[in-house]
Amino acid sequence: MILLAPLRYLGQLTMAVLATIGQVAIFAAQGISHIFRPPFYFREFLTALLQIGWLSLPVVGLTAFFTGGALALQIYAGGARFSAEAVVPQIVAIGMVRELGPVLVGLMIAARVTSSIAAEIATMKVTEQIDALVTLSTHPMKYLTAPRVLAALIVVPILVGIGDIIGIYGGFVVGTGQLGFNPASYIKNTVNFLEMSDIISSLIKGCAFGGIAATMGCYFGMNSGRGAQGVGEATKSSVQAAAVLILAANFILTSVFFSQ
Amino acid sequence: MITLDNVHKSFGPKQVLRGVNLHVPKGESMVIIGGSGTGKSITIKSILGLVTPDQGKVIVDGEDVTHAGIGADRDAFLARFGMLFQGGALFDSLTVWQNVAFRLLRGALKRPKAEAREIAIEKLRRVGLTPDVADLFPSELSGGMQKRVGLARAIAAEPEIIFFDEPTTGLDPIMSGVINDLIREIVVEMGATAMTITHDMTSVRAIADKVAMLHDGVIQWTGPVAEMDASGDPYLEQFITGSAEGPIEAVR
Repeated sequence: MILLAPLRYLGQLTMAVLATIGQVAIFAAQGISHIFRPPFYFREFLTALLQIGWLSLPVVGLTAFFTGGALALQIYAGGARFSAEAVVPQIVAIGMVRELGPVLVGLMIAARVTSSIAAEIATMKVTEQIDALVTLSTHPMKYLTAPRVLAALIVVPILVGIGDIIGIYGGFVVGTGQLGFNPASYIKNTVNFLEMSDIISSLIKGCAFGGIAATMGCYFGMNSGRGAQGVGEATKSSVQAAAVLILAANFILTSVFFSQ
Repeated sequence: MITLDNVHKSFGPKQVLRGVNLHVPKGESMVIIGGSGTGKSITIKSILGLVTPDQGKVIVDGEDVTHAGIGADRDAFLARFGMLFQGGALFDSLTVWQNVAFRLLRGALKRPKAEAREIAIEKLRRVGLTPDVADLFPSELSGGMQKRVGLARAIAAEPEIIFFDEPTTGLDPIMSGVINDLIREIVVEMGATAMTITHDMTSVRAIADKVAMLHDGVIQWTGPVAEMDASGDPYLEQFITGSAEGPIEAVR
C-alpha cells in the first residue's frame, strides 16, 4: 500500500488540475457569453477601461522603455562578437514587437490588474456583497466579470501597441545616444524591417493575454475561500495562474504565427 | 406565503439542514433563532436561491422555486425580496445613495437618476439618516449607520418579503433597540412578510409575531412569540435563558 501512495497522490493531483481547468474553461465561456447578452453595465465597463488601460500606462511605459534600452545594449554587445552591431534597430524592433512587448505587458497586467480584480471580487464575496448583488436582481457575472473581461480584451492590445512603440523608443534612445547610431537611419531600418504580420501578431497576443488576465482575476475572486486568508489565497493563485497561462499562450501563439 | 418542505442541505460531509419544515403566512414576522452554525443563514439563502437545497421544496406564493434558474423570471422573483445582510454588504465602490438606489438605477426598475436619488434620500430619512450622508462612501460610516443604509437599501424597491440576517449583531444595546424598532415599524407599515435570523432575544421580542427555533438542522419548536416563554421545550428554554446546562451542547 505504501508503495502506491505516491501514485494515488499523483492521480489525485492530476484529477484536481483537470477539474480546475474544466471549471476555468466553463467560467471563461460564461464570462464571454455574458458580454453579448443584455443587460449591459456601461458604467462598470468604463471604470474597468480606466482601471485596466489608462492607469496601467505608467508601469507599461517604464517597463517597455527600460527593456528596449537593455535589449539594444545586449544586441550591440552580442552582435559585436561577429561584427554584426548594425542589426540593433532591426532586432530591437522584432524582439519588442513579436515577443517582449506583449509578454511584458501581459505580465505587468497580471501583476497589476489580475491581482486587484481578484482581491476586490474576493473581498466582495467574503463580505456577502456578491450575494447582495443577486438579491438586488443583478447577475454577478454580468455586473462584475463581463465588463472587466471586455475592457481587458479591448484595452490590453492597445497597451501592447504602446509598449511596443515605447520599447523601440528605448532602444532608439540607447542606440543613438550611447551606441552612436544615426537617428534617421535607425528609424528607417526599424520601419523597413517590421512587417504588418509582426504588428498584428503582437496585438492578437495582447488581446489573448488581456482576456486571460481579467478572467483569472474574476475566477479566483468569485471562488475565493472565507476570510482574509481566503482573499490572500485567491489573489496569489490568480496572479500565478494568469502569469503561467500568459506564458503558455505566448508559446502557443508564437508557434502558430511564426513556425514554418 | 413562504413554505419550506423537508429542506436538506449538506456541504461536503457536513449536514447543515436535515429536513426543515416551516410556513410563514403573508404579512407575518417570523424570527428564526438558534445557535451559531445551525444553518439559519442557509435556510434564508435557500429561499432566495443563493443556495440550492439537496432535497425538499421551497414554495413561495404556491410556486415551487427550489430550482429557479437565472433569467427574466428570476429577476422578477428576486424583485419581490429585500434583504439586510449581517455585515451590511454595502458596495464600497458606490456612494450611500447609489447603494440604496441600486435596484432603481439599473434593470427592470430603472428610473431617472434624479428620481432614484430622491427615493434613496427618502428611504435614508425613513431609517433615521440625514440627506448629508447620501454622498459619503460606506467606509466613512459607523457600523450602526451601515446597518441603517443596508436597511434602506432592502426596502428601497418596496419589497413584499424582507429578510434580516442578524440585524443587531455587533451593535451596542441602544443602537440594537433603534434597529429593532425600525424593523418592526417598517414591516408593519409596509405590510411586508418578514423573516429575521437572530440570536438576540431582545430582538426576538421586539420583532417577532412567530418564533421558530432551529437546532441540529431541524425546526425544534415553532409558535407565537407570546407562547415562547412557556413552551416547555427544553431546547428553547435553554436558548432563552442562555444556560450552559441543557440538551444543547455548549461545546460545538
